[in-house]
Amino acid sequence: MFLKNYIGDIFSSIKSLLTGMKLTGYYFTHLKEIVTEEYPDNRGTLKMAERFRGEVIMPHNENNEHRCTGCQACELACPNASIKIVTKQETQPDGKKKKRIDTFVYRLDMCTFCNLCVNACPSEAIVMGQKFEHSVYDKKQLKKILNFPNSKLMEGVEE
Amino acid sequence: MLLAPDHITEEGEFIINMGPQHPATHGVLHLKIWLDGETIKKIEPQLGYIHRSIEKMCESLSYRQFIYVTSRMDYLSAHMNNQACALAVEKGLQIEATPRAQAIRVLLGELTRLSSHLLWWASTGLDLGGITPFFYAFRERETINTILEETCGTRLTQNFIVPGGVMYDIHPDFQKKVKDLIKQFRANYHEYDEILTGNVIFQNRLKGVGYISKEDAISYGCTGPTARASGISCDIRKLAPYDGYDKLKFDEVILSGGDCWARYQVRMAEIIQSLNILEQLIDNIPEGDFLAKTKNVVKLNKGDIYQRVETARGELGVYIVSDGAATPYRCKFRSPNFSNLSAIPHIAKGAKIGDLMAIMATVDLVIPDIDR
Amino acid sequence: MNTPTPYSFASLATGIHAWLRQAISNDTLLQVTEMVITGVCLLVFLVLLCFFLGYMERKVAAFMEIRLGPNRVGPKGSLQIVADTLKLLFKEGLTPNGADKFLFNLAPGIMVVTSMMAVAPIAFAKNFQIWDINIGVLYVSAISSMAVIGILMAGWSSNNKYSLIGAMRSGAQIVSYELSIGLSLITIVILSGSLQLSEIVESQANGWWIFKGHIPVIIAFVIFIIASTAEINRAPFDLTEAEQELTGGFHTEYAGMKFAMFLLSEYINLFIVSAIAATIFLGGWMPFHIGSLPAFNHVMDYIPSFMWFFGKTFFIVFIIMWFRWTFPRLRIDQLLNLEWKYLLPISMVNILIVTAMAIFGWHF
Ligand code: SF4
Ligand code: SF4
Repeated sequence: MFLKNYIGDIFSSIKSLLTGMKLTGYYFTHLKEIVTEEYPDNRGTLKMAERFRGEVIMPHNENNEHRCTGCQACELACPNASIKIVTKQETQPDGKKKKRIDTFVYRLDMCTFCNLCVNACPSEAIVMGQKFEHSVYDKKQLKKILNFPNSKLMEGVEE
Repeated sequence: MLLAPDHITEEGEFIINMGPQHPATHGVLHLKIWLDGETIKKIEPQLGYIHRSIEKMCESLSYRQFIYVTSRMDYLSAHMNNQACALAVEKGLQIEATPRAQAIRVLLGELTRLSSHLLWWASTGLDLGGITPFFYAFRERETINTILEETCGTRLTQNFIVPGGVMYDIHPDFQKKVKDLIKQFRANYHEYDEILTGNVIFQNRLKGVGYISKEDAISYGCTGPTARASGISCDIRKLAPYDGYDKLKFDEVILSGGDCWARYQVRMAEIIQSLNILEQLIDNIPEGDFLAKTKNVVKLNKGDIYQRVETARGELGVYIVSDGAATPYRCKFRSPNFSNLSAIPHIAKGAKIGDLMAIMATVDLVIPDIDR
Repeated sequence: MNTPTPYSFASLATGIHAWLRQAISNDTLLQVTEMVITGVCLLVFLVLLCFFLGYMERKVAAFMEIRLGPNRVGPKGSLQIVADTLKLLFKEGLTPNGADKFLFNLAPGIMVVTSMMAVAPIAFAKNFQIWDINIGVLYVSAISSMAVIGILMAGWSSNNKYSLIGAMRSGAQIVSYELSIGLSLITIVILSGSLQLSEIVESQANGWWIFKGHIPVIIAFVIFIIASTAEINRAPFDLTEAEQELTGGFHTEYAGMKFAMFLLSEYINLFIVSAIAATIFLGGWMPFHIGSLPAFNHVMDYIPSFMWFFGKTFFIVFIIMWFRWTFPRLRIDQLLNLEWKYLLPISMVNILIVTAMAIFGWHF
């Protein structure tokens, strides 16, 4: 009885080991199953998901206009103060003075990509961009100004 | 428990410090181990290396903001952590997420659970010295993460849940991709059995190792698969259903072995259960809004709220004390890993160093959740 | 077998010998020169071999893990290991505080030297052997068990508890597995009646032992492979390193070139056990012959003998790598169980059977 168990043990163990080896052997001989992406080489074809949260960006249209009214809802929504909005008073053609953004400072180094600012913005002025290669040699470069120089508020957003 | 000074060792004993940097502790856990040869006499976990005072941070964040911080506790169950917080806030507001939002939450939650269990499976193999299983599990995990990325925008720390629902509707491809995933997973599941589960070396490493009895598991406050392997029924999805888990058919996997092998089997069976849940729900997502109307600034009434959910590692409790302001007055998380860790010194007593790896692997600790 | 085979190393070696004989008249000097030449050639060969084995291991691992493996340095990543070696060369060789400096620096040297010494009696090709010692099998098993001294030295002198545990494990492991290696080698010694590696190869001219010896020799072969995997500390028996448990075991504290020497010795050991297995069980450089097919045998003879040798060796190397990238690690008590409760009793019974076979001439 002991001998039977003993030999049975040996054979069942060897069988279980061989099953595992069969699997690895299968993958060794089937190279088409390889799942690796060759990342820096496939930059050309690499496409991130459209909702991918790479960075916060402020889209501008062809007339260099954005949709940000300077309401600062995003600044309030941001849990770690990555957004700072500096506003200025701008005289409109009709003589009235209105609040406009001067600089939209976005600190990528502090951002956690939580999407709360995008969610909070009432005028859909900021969205998440797909760029994800953010490494730079100088930390200062991660402090970005999102509105382009001399950009304007798009007509009709404010109402 | 007072920490014993270093020099108190008996004849023939010596102390090794496992961690804070150690390949098998999956993070900055520091275990001080009293050894007699290869046999463990005593373990003293030392915490705090990754303490970020999340609970304190929550006191200065609004109810919309504090949800995202909890992704950084148990980062593998980020979605479930967020869900717990959102449910707590909803409880305070006395609203409920829309049916569609609930279904989306459950779907994403189960995907997260799958991805977490896959990582656990992979790292269990790795901890016991088999490197190859890691990559097989990551193949499936990659598919899951791609699905999560498409819908949530992020792969690990989703922050997709807001009080009252979810941020966006699901991605148009979501249903198709999840169905593909289920198919792929079921087709590849036999490989998991072949390379690890059935392997005689692996079984011998787990069977009869790291036993914890039902009574001890209860008294240490173990939850999740760790407790269910000792025969305790503790699945919050069954005990206190939330987000429509009561309408779903799935089994709570309970084994009575109490050893590493039982814990392993519980998790493997839970993978199948998660797939079942996905299968039931994926074609039956209710139509409608994905977000219930809430006020812009969320304020809870004075009082306290407790909400628990089942994360991939056990029961996460969120306790919020509100004084009526826009931020919590006090926030306390009952994290599953902390209690599970507290059982390890008991489980591992008398085991070998190699067994400790099996125990740590099957209890499945995520260190940032312990320290918070 | 007196027809000169193509690409014979033997004639090359004889040629060099004759040429040196003309140039150097003093016998001692001649011998010293030849030894130096052999030594340098061996070193270069072994380093190149290790590069190849390292590359092979990475690729084998990668393909089994559905990855691509190294693919950036050199064509298909083949120079990756050279780049890594260069990196290790330029790294600072740290000696930990409180370490026994002398032993700490000596240990890697001992590891490499002992593994290189075991290369001497291996027959790489027909009539091509560095040292055809008449107790080759004994010599190899004696030398290979000396590696444990290096490991113990490294573990003890590092002043690190992880290293010490690793070293102690290796002591237990190597001493026990030595036995079944010895016993499985003895089966062939009994059958061929010689300890000399060249004679063992010659005895397989009419068929390799693994075919001639029936099931007992196959069992001995399997035991040899398992036990030698344990002897050279490779997964699933890599308890001395056990990265997840002991963070690298006996070589935890080593860096730079000293660490590279441990790697070097690991790969040389891998090569040696495979070469010994190939020589003893698979006929060394003997071509594959089927008794009644002269035409087939003739074709086989045209494959150079060193190709046969390396083909068989790398086949076994591949199997050992296959083990490593499939199985999880054993625990220390299971490791000893396996040896004392399974391998050793089986080898002993096996030896009895083989002896009976040899006495009654039951093999071919
Ligand atoms: S994504 Fe989150 S952290 Fe980043 S700027 Fe927006 S709100 Fe702030
Ligand atoms: S980005 Fe949106 S939320 Fe932020 S200031 Fe501009 S308009 Fe307001």
